[in-house]
Amino acid sequence: MASVTSATSAGAGEITAELAGFREVQRLAYACAEAVAGQLKPGVTERAAARMQREWLRERGVRDWFHLPFAWFGDRTAFVNFRIPLQFFPTNRELEPGMAFILDMAPVYKGFTADIGYSGCLGLNPVHDRLLADLEAHRELILREVRERRSLREIYEDVDRLMVRQGYANRHRAYPFGVIAHKIDRVRERRWSPTLFGFGTQSLKGLASDALHGHRDGWSPLWSPYTFSDHPPQPGLWAVEPHLGFRGTGAKFEEILVVTDSKDPQESAFWLDDDLPHVRRWQEEKAA
Amino acid sequence: MNTRRGRDKSKGRGKVPGSGHGPGSGPVTGAGLQEARERWVHTGGVELCVAELGDPAQPTVILVHGYPDSKEVWSEVAGGLASRFHVVLYDVRGCGRSTAPKPLRGGFTLEKLTDDFLAVADAVSPGRPVHVVGHDWGSVQAWEFATVRRTEGRIASFTSMSGPSLDHFGHWIKKRLARPTPRRTAQLLNQGAKSWYVYMLHTPVLPELAWKGPLGKRWPAILRRMEKVPGGGYPTASLPTDAAHGAWLYRDNVRARLRRPRADAYAHCPVQLITPTGDMFLSQRLYDDLEQWAPQLVRRTLPAKHWVPRTRPDQLVSWITEFVTAKEEGDPAREIAASGPYADRFGGQLVLVTGAASGIGRATAFAFAEAGARIIAVDRDAEGAARTADMARLIGAPQAWGEAVDVSDEAAMEKLADKVDTEYGTVDVLVNNAGIGLSGSFMETSTEDWKKVLDVNLWGVIHGCRVFGKRMADRGQGGHIVNTASAAAFSPSRVLPAYSTSKAAVLMLSECLRAELAGQGIGVSAICPGFVNTGITSTARFAGVSADEEKRRQTEAARLYGRRNYPPEKVADATLRAVVRNQAVVPVTPEARGAHLMSRFTPRALRAIARIEPPR
Repeated sequence: MASVTSATSAGAGEITAELAGFREVQRLAYACAEAVAGQLKPGVTERAAARMQREWLRERGVRDWFHLPFAWFGDRTAFVNFRIPLQFFPTNRELEPGMAFILDMAPVYKGFTADIGYSGCLGLNPVHDRLLADLEAHRELILREVRERRSLREIYEDVDRLMVRQGYANRHRAYPFGVIAHKIDRVRERRWSPTLFGFGTQSLKGLASDALHGHRDGWSPLWSPYTFSDHPPQPGLWAVEPHLGFRGTGAKFEEILVVTDSKDPQESAFWLDDDLPHVRRWQEEKAA
Repeated sequence: MNTRRGRDKSKGRGKVPGSGHGPGSGPVTGAGLQEARERWVHTGGVELCVAELGDPAQPTVILVHGYPDSKEVWSEVAGGLASRFHVVLYDVRGCGRSTAPKPLRGGFTLEKLTDDFLAVADAVSPGRPVHVVGHDWGSVQAWEFATVRRTEGRIASFTSMSGPSLDHFGHWIKKRLARPTPRRTAQLLNQGAKSWYVYMLHTPVLPELAWKGPLGKRWPAILRRMEKVPGGGYPTASLPTDAAHGAWLYRDNVRARLRRPRADAYAHCPVQLITPTGDMFLSQRLYDDLEQWAPQLVRRTLPAKHWVPRTRPDQLVSWITEFVTAKEEGDPAREIAASGPYADRFGGQLVLVTGAASGIGRATAFAFAEAGARIIAVDRDAEGAARTADMARLIGAPQAWGEAVDVSDEAAMEKLADKVDTEYGTVDVLVNNAGIGLSGSFMETSTEDWKKVLDVNLWGVIHGCRVFGKRMADRGQGGHIVNTASAAAFSPSRVLPAYSTSKAAVLMLSECLRAELAGQGIGVSAICPGFVNTGITSTARFAGVSADEEKRRQTEAARLYGRRNYPPEKVADATLRAVVRNQAVVPVTPEARGAHLMSRFTPRALRAIARIEPPR
């Protein structure tokens, strides 16, 4: 990760080849999400949607995963009654008109990882539209506070407070360790890339080694509400995924936040890419 | 059979519609039928007395009365509907001022009653389908109208209350007799006991004698005492003859239909079913399979006894208006869309929640919104209250408003109550939820701290109950008050003396008020949540410590409650359940339920726990 951080701090807006690689895979993943979302129609199951994502990406050269694609429909977008992590896996729930859905995938392409979340709905769903619109404030809040070098735990609590003020429930609390974000990194390309409970073993290895180093140095690759996240943002790439829930409807976005060790606040943290579906949507709404 | 249809003749007793009654003549105000236009419809050898209210150009709503009543049973409802619709009421043959068939036996069959209805419909609304509303035997008749072939296209919608179709009833009994599981047997026996009067009415002569003698004389008093029916021109003087003639409704139809129920009694129009939960004569289970007969069924439940047109006219007016309007406009987007579990109970009701900008109040407002209620979100935080109202509209509230009021300010609450009364109507469910937290030992709690916490937690509830409860009681059509107390109300502790005191007061206030209002059909519930993950921790005052220390403890408390993570939505669900079941005291979280049990059975253990000083 050292190359990324030093290179970006060297010149304003200069994008290294590495960041370009991450950006490429993130764009690929969002393109996949939009393509699959366009094909969803009533009756499609979560399993089918997950398979469509997997096949779309596999055709375009993805061989390894941070985690396999997920798809959640209806009240599963808000993780209603989720008790055990196995419930995250796609089920035979069928999509119905007016239902919200979330596609979440983390492909590894040419050794670069992305982890994205795409929220949409089939037809009209005013609650979903409102949730998605209200996510914008969270994207701004997170970037601002990371630049201020607040502790990750504090930022987590501020996001929580904003959600409560908006009238929503925090649904990223349902993720393993309640994380709002986690670190991602480059992954060595192997001929054989097995997965364990939906997570790529290479990526898990990277995460574990980060956890080990972090534990020694007092930081964690998991951004959670707990004491182990009570430290300033660690330079590197973070997949940030605030997830709002409101009475059986959920919405999230997930994208890469680049944190560097630069002294310049603008360069100390920035979103890897601003040309993403949800950002474009907000811009269009403002223009309209 | 008989010659009928369209041969109505105005006998010069009332005004003919159209003559001087254009749309400009304005709605008929007032509750009675004094201003009704009257006409007579001749059909099948009887003269039916028909009254009309409202603008004839509007959709026609025909109200059919039950037994032993006359059309005057509808006076309040008709008055309420007249501003929006062309309201038509008629005395069923043999009742009120309509004449009776001769001979009486065989003159009250459902076929003949259908003839009467068609004659009235043709007279008052030629060529345009009518909306039918029936209560008791009026509803039994109207089920016949809504399910026979020859009325197809004449009925736009049907609202049924306290009167099942005899055919459906017959099938209901047959089904239970055919496979008498313990549950079905119990249902049969239950309804069998409730139908005692039907057996009585089948005896010859005696019912007539009773009605014309002592029963007729005492009936108004019986209605007042047993059914809480207010007076006011009801029952009318014609009661003894109405009741004596009406006995033939039972004799002519019940045995025949129950023995051989029609197999094709499917409704050909949309049906709204209003079920009073306290009906002495009809079990709610009668309507269990109704979707099979009426595919487009909208269910409503009402905590009331049998005579809902007299005791709950406002609620009926609101539901009938909503249903009829939806059917007239035929706009699927305006169809009743609330999806919550209690949509049948709270649809269209006016619910006011204080402290609705966050936490339990906001979740409660949302839960009621999901059930289709109209929401008034009250809070000191204007922005938060507006946000709650805004979101409530998204999830099913037909209307929602945010009001910025401090509940501890009596004048402001009084003003709010006036505004609500004039602009939104009378509150059906009041949730006094606003509250603040205060921690710190008794000796460290200053007088100001005490005043502040009592002002909001206790006086807020008192003001709410006084200003809104009074209006609710004055209306005399029931309602419900929910006060948010706390598990601290029955669990003593050395760290929350002021807060616990305020909440204990709220609990006792609720219990006393419950006793006082029980006779008026107004329920009072106290909700005791326990540790719930809300914003109360981050705004709570910690007495006797520095500002920094207070901030630290707020954060600590917020984290502790966050780890407990009991969602306010579950408290909201418990609140709705408490209203539906009219529960008195509802501890919500497991620890609150545990403490409630301990306070009753092992109070000394609870006192021992109260002495523990929590770690700082």
